[in-house]
Amino acid sequence: MVEISNNKKLLRIALRNCGLLNPEDIFEYIALGGYESLGKAITQMTQDQVIDEIKKSGLRGRGGGGFPTGLKWELTKKQKSQEKFIICNADEGDPGAFMDRSILEGDPHSVLEAMAIGGYAIGARKGLIYIRAEYPLAIARLSTALQQAGENGLLGENIFGTDFSFDIYLKYGAGAFVCGEETALINSCEGKRGEPNYKPPYPVEEGYWGYPTCVNNVETFANIAPIITKGAQWFASLGTEKCKGTKVFALVGKIKNVGVIEVPMGTTLREIIYDIGGGIPGGRKFKAVQTGGPSGGVIGEANLDTPMDYDSLISIGSMMGSGGMIIMDETDNMVKIAKFYLEFTMDESCGRCTPCRIGTKRLYEILNKITSRKGTMADLDALKQLAYMVKDGSLCGLGQTAPNPVISTMKYFWDEYLAFIKDVDHPRGEGRYTAKNKIGIRS
Amino acid sequence: MKINSLDKLKKIRNEYQKNVCLRVNSTDSENSDIRIEILIGMATCGISAGAKDTFNAFQEELAKQGVNDAKVVSVGCIGYCHSEPTVQVNIRGREPVLYGNVKKEEVQEIVQKHIKGGNPIEALTLAINFERA
Repeated sequence: MVEISNNKKLLRIALRNCGLLNPEDIFEYIALGGYESLGKAITQMTQDQVIDEIKKSGLRGRGGGGFPTGLKWELTKKQKSQEKFIICNADEGDPGAFMDRSILEGDPHSVLEAMAIGGYAIGARKGLIYIRAEYPLAIARLSTALQQAGENGLLGENIFGTDFSFDIYLKYGAGAFVCGEETALINSCEGKRGEPNYKPPYPVEEGYWGYPTCVNNVETFANIAPIITKGAQWFASLGTEKCKGTKVFALVGKIKNVGVIEVPMGTTLREIIYDIGGGIPGGRKFKAVQTGGPSGGVIGEANLDTPMDYDSLISIGSMMGSGGMIIMDETDNMVKIAKFYLEFTMDESCGRCTPCRIGTKRLYEILNKITSRKGTMADLDALKQLAYMVKDGSLCGLGQTAPNPVISTMKYFWDEYLAFIKDVDHPRGEGRYTAKNKIGIRS
Repeated sequence: MKINSLDKLKKIRNEYQKNVCLRVNSTDSENSDIRIEILIGMATCGISAGAKDTFNAFQEELAKQGVNDAKVVSVGCIGYCHSEPTVQVNIRGREPVLYGNVKKEEVQEIVQKHIKGGNPIEALTLAINFERA
């Protein structure tokens, strides 16, 4: 018998129907209370009341940034424009993350319903789901769901007999990680190269074809319907003071119970890894966990009691990200882990801005030199300096967060970097190295 | 059929209630003609672990053993990816039982011992209840 202890720590809101209903049958969703939130919102509430409810609930964007969803909706609504759009970001590209896929494959109607609610609130008549083409099953189930919702009049013209009309279209991503960034996503939707734009103007001002556009993540949408039905108060009672509700995480790597979990915000990493995840297999020791995929940082044993919420994670040099959690044990080498993530971001850099295009490549080259035992202390200094340069100088979130794995592994696992270096002259690390020639880097 | 008012939606909800009441509660489902529901996790993770074979095996086995008040339903991922394919058996009047690692070879035993015999197979179960956290 497989032990899954302490189920009490889990709480399902976004995943409420996953594994419970047949995702290809709209009537099962309706029988479990589906589309009632949409009905309530558009027949009994004004646009401002819907936005107010979401604002009061304290829901923040689940894609990683943590921007308050209600505020985003309000900003989009305030824009004066004849046309507005709402986009669902289902371009889940982090290595080791599959939360959105679970939701889309297990409960596609919850996302459609929430998009219609959002469309009503901001005044949009059209919605787009930007989904990566690598998720064929999710696409198939979404298409079925869209068709069924249309046939039953839950999407389309005059929904619930009101004058609100709303339609949703699918757009397929071609596999670029950077297209999860909202401006790049909008460019890709328009058929242009998937490259980010300068902000401002933000997409809420000028987005899809220049119209105000609201981009929300799959998991954010999955939380909307319960908030409308059960009320903002109920949602705000869950989680921590600044981060309400729950978060879905994908546990992968060196952990016994690999899978998708949903826990209230503020649950500590220790509870997630040991109580829910079942600990590390093979009796080995825990070493670190990478949160937020390639954009996050590693968290070591010392910070295991950090509560999982947006702000606490940023304060220890990582980030929530979309919720992928990769657990590493004592056999993993952290320098090689950092190199792996850099290889990924280097590959995925779109090349629009120089710090990211060239910086990630150089970071990778230095890491490669270090792991092949040819590195010197000067390389470590250069690595550190370059990491901060890329972080500060890049245009979008990809470049700004790409060096995080390097910075955090250097902070918590400095010894492992030193073990690769042949001329260790200052084991404590902070640079006493002086450049030996004119173009040398001074730290 | 267009659902053009909230009342109509509620009517449809009540009409289809009997199809899903076994999922949320084992007691108040007397008016349903389905006594047993077998939920099979058929998301990408389940299918890649062989859930389609398990699904087909259940349908064949139920027909072979003459169980006709059972329904096999394909559902999404329940989250226990470490033990895919997962199968949940809901029988009226009983706590649900969740099985992990149900390959098609295990199906016959589950149908025989649990669905017909009423005794869950301890060795394959994972912990779960109607709170389904």
